[in-house]
Amino acid sequence: MSASVKLSLQVVAILVACVAVAVMPVAVDLFQLMQFTLFASMAVLALSLGFIWGFGGILCFGQTAFFGLGAYAYAVAAINFGDSTPAILLAIIVPALFALALGYFVFYGRISDVYLGVITLTVTLILFNVFNSMAGDAYKIGTARLGGFNGMPAVPTFNMPFDPSSVLFPEQSWYVTGGALIAIYIGLRLILRSPFGRVAIAVRENETRASLLGYDPRAIKLGVFVLGGAIAGFGGALYVNWGAFVGPTIFSLSLSAEIIIWICIGGLGTLIGPIVGCFIIEYLISQIGSQQSFNSNLVLGAILIVFVLLLPKGLVPTIRLLLEGAGRLATKGRGQAPNAAPDLSAGQPVGAE
Amino acid sequence: MTISRRSFLKTTMTASAALAAPAISTRYAFGSEDPIKVGSLLDQSGAIASSGVTMVTAMQQGIAEINAAGGLLGRPLKLFQYDTQSNIQLYSQYAQQLALKDRVDVVHGGITSASREAIRPTFDRFRVLYFYNVLYEGGVCDRDTFCTGTTPAQTVEKLVPYAMKKSGKKAYILAADYNYGQITAKWMTKYMRDNGGEVLSVDFFPLDVTNFGPTISKIQAAKPDLILSALVGGNHVSFYRQWEAAGMKDQIPIASTTFGLVNEPSTVDAKVSEGIYGCYGYFEELETPESKDFVDKLKKRWPQIPYISELTAATYEGLYLWAEGVKKAGSIDRMKVIEALESGISFKGPSGEVKLDPDTHHTIRNAYLAQVHDRKWNVLETFKAVPPSDTASVCNLIKNPRDNQQYVIDIKA
Amino acid sequence: MDLVAILGLNVVNGAASLFLLCLGLAIIFGMMRIINLAHGEFVMLGAYAAVIAANAGVNIFVAMLIVAPLFVGLVGIVVERCLIQFLYGRLVDSMLATWGLSLLIIGLVTTIFGNTMQGVPTPLGGFAIGAYRTSYYTLFLLAVAIAMLALVYGVLRYTRFGLIARAVMQNPEMAAVLGVNPARVYMATFALGAAVTGLAGGVLAPVSGITPVMGGAYVAKAFITVVGGGAAIISGTVSASGLFGFVNQLGAYFTTPVYGEVILFVSAIILIRLLPQGISGRFFKGTV
Repeated sequence: MSASVKLSLQVVAILVACVAVAVMPVAVDLFQLMQFTLFASMAVLALSLGFIWGFGGILCFGQTAFFGLGAYAYAVAAINFGDSTPAILLAIIVPALFALALGYFVFYGRISDVYLGVITLTVTLILFNVFNSMAGDAYKIGTARLGGFNGMPAVPTFNMPFDPSSVLFPEQSWYVTGGALIAIYIGLRLILRSPFGRVAIAVRENETRASLLGYDPRAIKLGVFVLGGAIAGFGGALYVNWGAFVGPTIFSLSLSAEIIIWICIGGLGTLIGPIVGCFIIEYLISQIGSQQSFNSNLVLGAILIVFVLLLPKGLVPTIRLLLEGAGRLATKGRGQAPNAAPDLSAGQPVGAE
Repeated sequence: MTISRRSFLKTTMTASAALAAPAISTRYAFGSEDPIKVGSLLDQSGAIASSGVTMVTAMQQGIAEINAAGGLLGRPLKLFQYDTQSNIQLYSQYAQQLALKDRVDVVHGGITSASREAIRPTFDRFRVLYFYNVLYEGGVCDRDTFCTGTTPAQTVEKLVPYAMKKSGKKAYILAADYNYGQITAKWMTKYMRDNGGEVLSVDFFPLDVTNFGPTISKIQAAKPDLILSALVGGNHVSFYRQWEAAGMKDQIPIASTTFGLVNEPSTVDAKVSEGIYGCYGYFEELETPESKDFVDKLKKRWPQIPYISELTAATYEGLYLWAEGVKKAGSIDRMKVIEALESGISFKGPSGEVKLDPDTHHTIRNAYLAQVHDRKWNVLETFKAVPPSDTASVCNLIKNPRDNQQYVIDIKA
Repeated sequence: MDLVAILGLNVVNGAASLFLLCLGLAIIFGMMRIINLAHGEFVMLGAYAAVIAANAGVNIFVAMLIVAPLFVGLVGIVVERCLIQFLYGRLVDSMLATWGLSLLIIGLVTTIFGNTMQGVPTPLGGFAIGAYRTSYYTLFLLAVAIAMLALVYGVLRYTRFGLIARAVMQNPEMAAVLGVNPARVYMATFALGAAVTGLAGGVLAPVSGITPVMGGAYVAKAFITVVGGGAAIISGTVSASGLFGFVNQLGAYFTTPVYGEVILFVSAIILIRLLPQGISGRFFKGTV
């Protein structure tokens, strides 16, 4: 596909998405709208990991650390200020600073691949333990009690900027969340077209070569990581806005694993894939709980295994390949047979080889 | 300035919720033959499923019985049960689904306090009556919510003096490291001191701790007369086993506010559970006709059922209390049912007479003190009609009907 | 003095349990670069196998030391044939698939046995060190850990299988040229890792709460320990579980179990920062 065709397809897709966000409140009932609001907030999280992993080559097992910190930062600030505007800003700044510190620690220590994954996972587990145990009266920030395992209920939701009296209705919350998702997607697309984005991809492909060309891979990776942390933190604020609640399970191992699952299912190395994967899996999980005939774990486990075996590349790249294959029969045959040799083509970053 | 802003925010939020409410009920078209919809949110998979699965059976049994007796107001009941998979986020999702999509008339459910606090605001906001049928740390004060399980003033207050009488004045407290454990540990400390005892140490454990070796050594160094335990969940059962393996079982007795809530006495070895004290609102071994009948019915329909504890009995009684309220109100309108429930509704269930306390929306119910013998609870004492005095000290919904928070009760030890 | 003795015993016990829990994961991760997120569920299966066998009248030691590893080893073979063999060289896919597998196993066990399980009594009894009492079972766990250490070391270092396995892990193509069938070696290695994990589950069964979700308490800690240990299976796992067991147990004794865990995690982070190749990558290069 030529670059111009690709670009125009992307523009069309974004326009379609904008229209979808705009008409959604009319098309579906309130419950479904709120469910989509939730999915969109989690898709922001998916997008953040999809970006740093798929384009920065940073496999972070603990992206939910930034999501959770953003959520807590928002909740604490919103309760204290009573206005969501500074709270949203804090939900971006606090995780970004945390990512800066953590990223400096690991990248400038030249820690890579699976060790990086373990450090981020461990940080998440520490946060989980610490937030879990902060249940007493002593754990208060301003007027906000952190609440330990029970979390913080009844957090004020978004209001119009600097106008705490006009709290957003569910429809408006949807516009904010869905709109933010599209805006972040476009923003990341633009970044990837910028010099910084190109260098980031170069670093992912070959760190040594990039540094020989005069770039500092550590600084580039740190930049990507901080950006990912900031986006995940903002996702956390959107998440709290949906449920008016935050608890330490936001740092749990199962959510960390879920994010990776979204990306694997949607397709690594794409930006749309993580969003698609997130919507599909979250929808599946909520549907599974509505049935009473099978154990929920059983169903979800079986679905994941089937996915890995049948669609090793994830949905979006597979569909893209099928489309391209339909156009050009002469494409290199990348079979879907499960025992096909692992094909580490250039477009597929590898976490920890 | 900030304060007036915030209170303004609160009033506008309530106002907008009030505006939203009529819009919802006008969309709700019902004829008299339509079923009354009962929502239920309980964990049927994941870490908390061991509690949730038997609670679901109580719900299904209660609904079936009410339907067999002709339903309520001439309409059948329909159960909307969702498996929340021990996941707080799914609680919020399904709460919205029940309130907005299924438009249920009442919701029973929630197991951990965290799950209750996640869904309670949703039901307040969308005006759905909510019943929480689990023993917990106390303090919820919300006109839309009824809590039918026991609170520490109903059980811990009885358990601690009894165990002290049987052992001695020095206790060592072990509790799960979250809100329930921390608050229960405070109540234990208070009742120890009220009865002239002394607490040597209070240790908290995250829910995934499985190795209690260091703790057992610490306890041995402290030499208490009594262990008070509020340990929670499958991993913490390891403590009782390692305690017995170290040969401490016969030396220092244990009293627990949580042991036996699922079916611990029958899963651990008889030696491990022998002699442990517990105090709950219900035991399967109770000999009353209502209790035997209840146990027979559940075991007949679900032969696999492990143990029928207070959780299961309170779920069943919670459903019936609501049904009594609907009958008295002659309507399923939320406000009318709440007013009927506040008029002093009571129900004679498996645990005995259960009466709703209008001030706190908690229950005045019997408490039973028991000791494990040969893998069964041996009921030693019965305390009739114990009031929820802990919550009553902070909450009066008749005077302050707009209250909707969970108070942290200031425990003066 | 008594206190020092009992603390020492606790530390050794903590390290030995951690070692037993990690060894199977270390074999699978160290030799095959597969992160097995169903590791905790293998522990759970081992515990279930031991408990069910013991409740059916099998001698408890036979149930723990023979039935549990055999059963989980067989499960390992089935899993490797049906799932893992398609995922070699695909680290992330293997995580995703084994996460699915862990949910599947939890679901299956819950469906068959329900949410709780009748446990087995702890064998052996207790004994006193001065004012402190502890169980002989602590010593038994230590003995099992040492025996496993010797056994796995012996197999990898001195047997023909060990030689071939290490050769295949280093260079599968070359090994294949020399007449080895790599697929069979991978299968055997995975089965060995699973069996060792099953044994850990078996011997921990008498001192743990037995539920289908019990594996969740182990997987993250085991994973962190294995990576902290580095590429060498035995020396890495021994040193890392020794270090982490030490700080965890002492931390838990002097503060609370919450901080005991936090201290373990913090020391893991510092360790990996200082030794990015794990302990064995720095100090025990070239060992097994």
